[in-house]
Amino acid sequence: MIEARFSGELGSFKLDADFTAPSRGVTALFGPSGCGKTSVLRCIAGLTRMAGGRLVIDGEVWQEGRRFVPVHRRALGYVFQEASLFPHLSVRENLEFGQKRAKRGSHTIDFDDVVDLLAIAPLFDRPTAHLSGGERQRVAIGRALLSQPRLLLMDEPVSALDSLGREEILPYLEQLHRTLSIPVLYVSHNIEEIERLADTLVLMRRGTVRAAGPIAELLADPDLPMVRMPEPVAVLDGTVKEYDPGYGLAKVDVPGGTLLVAGDLGPTGTVRRLRIGASDVSLSREASTDTTILNALPVRIDSVAPAGETQMTVRLKLGADGRGAPLLSRVSRLSWDRLGFASGETVMAQIKAVALAKN
Amino acid sequence: MFDAAMIETILLTLQLAVVTTIVLLLIGIPLAWWLARSKAWGKEAVAVLVSLPIVLPPTVLGFYLLIALGPDSPLTALIGRSLPFTFEGLVVGSTLYSLPFVVNPIRNGFEAMSQRHWEAAATLRARPLDAFFSIALPMAMPGILTGAILGFAHTMGEFGVVLMIGGSIPGETKVLSIAIFEFVETLEWGKAHVLAGAMLLLSFAVIFAMRAVETRFKSDQP
Repeated sequence: MIEARFSGELGSFKLDADFTAPSRGVTALFGPSGCGKTSVLRCIAGLTRMAGGRLVIDGEVWQEGRRFVPVHRRALGYVFQEASLFPHLSVRENLEFGQKRAKRGSHTIDFDDVVDLLAIAPLFDRPTAHLSGGERQRVAIGRALLSQPRLLLMDEPVSALDSLGREEILPYLEQLHRTLSIPVLYVSHNIEEIERLADTLVLMRRGTVRAAGPIAELLADPDLPMVRMPEPVAVLDGTVKEYDPGYGLAKVDVPGGTLLVAGDLGPTGTVRRLRIGASDVSLSREASTDTTILNALPVRIDSVAPAGETQMTVRLKLGADGRGAPLLSRVSRLSWDRLGFASGETVMAQIKAVALAKN
Repeated sequence: MFDAAMIETILLTLQLAVVTTIVLLLIGIPLAWWLARSKAWGKEAVAVLVSLPIVLPPTVLGFYLLIALGPDSPLTALIGRSLPFTFEGLVVGSTLYSLPFVVNPIRNGFEAMSQRHWEAAATLRARPLDAFFSIALPMAMPGILTGAILGFAHTMGEFGVVLMIGGSIPGETKVLSIAIFEFVETLEWGKAHVLAGAMLLLSFAVIFAMRAVETRFKSDQP
């Protein structure tokens, strides 16, 4: 577990952040620009020293009271917004820089595996200045991984790239997420990246942590600003059960139900992240049998809040008992009043579209 | 064309330039690093002090050096011997005189290295001393080469400071610029021509060679 608490002043900015994150999976630090998420990441790395902070990584104290482990003695990898490759070293020498300096006996991440994972072998002979933004960032990620970190810190690693470069990097990050067992702290202000990558969300505002928890819960939390976005979404992690090649549909188990998703999502047991937009979910009292909609599941109404003048955002829980994953539905206020639904009621949700959040 | 005395003078001048350049780099690199990285109050005052010889007439610098290194000065008592009119004295004078031409480009080189490269090295387990030698020094190499060229060239052509604290002792302090001055004063134009021409060619060759090294270095490191 990662336990972090930093409070104090950085210039005129007040930081008072306190959160814990699991020591596996991706934890996203999310919030608007200037909310202090990068400051928190720098404090965790030890690049910024905030007196009175406390940081414990899996029981190992990195900062507490007067104890402060200097950056170069912390087993972490840091990916900066700009790749920051060393220009006087070749791509290979950049990759080896941290690997050579990592503590003996701590080597669990193999050079060839990283090179394969990030597809950087073809870049070895090119000068770092001749790499594209996406290629540079891939090398920087590989360099950080090869320093054998116990914790990987990423500060908006794709925000300096154009949309092409972003689309080039994100699949690698997803691949990394699937294959690596080390925890990742990922700073971003882009909700789409977070929907694709994060397992845990730490929501920040003006130097404080507003909420922290599993991403599926927080995205659908009516008290948090995400449900008030123009197009709120729910994400769920599903396990592929089987694939019907005749119709091209995969059966995917999610907490509280089973969904049919178009496309071959991989062999049985593969975990895929699904994304369901609130406007793609409609509600009815009875299961209708003559409909073209594939996915109709029982859900329990959890809470409801108005969204503007004409619409309502309904938070649902999958399953007749309401114990499954949270889901959002956006319906017109007129329909809501006409049908007279109430919280705690079990109804049917028709899901028009289920998309993959991860490719 | 060259007589033995001339060759002695040329070799002495080269020796002075080489020794001074080495001393300049040994002092200049740490000093430039400190000026580039320190947040100490008053560091700019030190920077101004280092840069003074750019404006100061060499004779003024030489005059103060003569007093500072003279027989009655506490500095002389400390080192136990008098430095004026010795080769070592010339090295001291040349080093002070050329310091700004070496420190300033190296400082710029260190400052061109972004804070993030330094931080990246630390996150990749490099201790500060390790990061200095493996990242900062190589990245500042173009600045260091420029500083070395300027220091070398400046020492080769130096006259005023040498005149004040060196005099003209053959094999000890009689460098090219002094020898040329003396030949002109004694109306030995032919000999002055030979030395001046030699100096011209030598300077050209040295700077050309070092520029070539620098250009090659820069093309390796875009």
